[in-house]
Amino acid sequence: MLIPCPLCGPRDLREFTPRGAAVTVHRPGEAAGPEAWHEYLHLRDNPAGPSRELWWHGAGCGAWLVVERDTLTHAVSRAILAEEEARP
Amino acid sequence: MKLLQAVSPLGGLDRSHGALRLRAGEPGRITWIAPYPGEETNCSHALQAALSLSFPSPGETRSSLAGRILWSGRVQALLLGPQAPATLSGLAAVVDQSEAWAALNLEGAGAVEVLQRLVPLDLRAAVFPAWRTARSLLGHMNTQITPRPDGFEILVACSMAHTAAREIEEAMRSVAARSQL
Repeated sequence: MLIPCPLCGPRDLREFTPRGAAVTVHRPGEAAGPEAWHEYLHLRDNPAGPSRELWWHGAGCGAWLVVERDTLTHAVSRAILAEEEARP
Repeated sequence: MKLLQAVSPLGGLDRSHGALRLRAGEPGRITWIAPYPGEETNCSHALQAALSLSFPSPGETRSSLAGRILWSGRVQALLLGPQAPATLSGLAAVVDQSEAWAALNLEGAGAVEVLQRLVPLDLRAAVFPAWRTARSLLGHMNTQITPRPDGFEILVACSMAHTAAREIEEAMRSVAARSQL
């Protein structure tokens, strides 16, 4: 499996570490209620199909990526820098 | 008074197998430079003014009479040779990593085949030409690989220098043996 790192180009899976669903990029604000935090911390979908995940390119450039991939086919369709998505 | 002598991590290693040769490199001073957020352009200008080296783009190396600079990750670079200019103060995190790295030079026909046994990159010259650079893995070790016209410069953590040399040498032996069949 190759992941298209926006900085390094297509790189082998061995260089990456997965970190679960990309919802963790969108942290609730300080005023958010317990329900929002409960959802942020604990509630995850388990999609059979397109998914958005955080991957760390630890053995490469060290960037965090949001990777879009299909859990049925393992086809990776897109990867962007997590900092781009986290930018307010 | 006893004088302490500096010892290089690979102690003058020089091994040949067939047409392949692996030697310890001497990269000299190595300084890690990581611009602070928003200071990337100013940092590049400061480097340009002091050393005629601008901050490299992803996968790039640059060189001048002063030395070399290698892209080494997101918003990071390794400066090889000169001391980092004092003008970087406030613009970038600067750390002397000279003693953290060990350098190996692999030369000779078949160098690509040797590294392809250990590194998950497309190392062919058409894809990864001389003077590009990449952070990747050498077996289980993190590495910085820079192709040269005659081979590769391989930087690994100093603590893993001998493991890296042994694994590369084993791959050299295999490639050299196959070429004699």
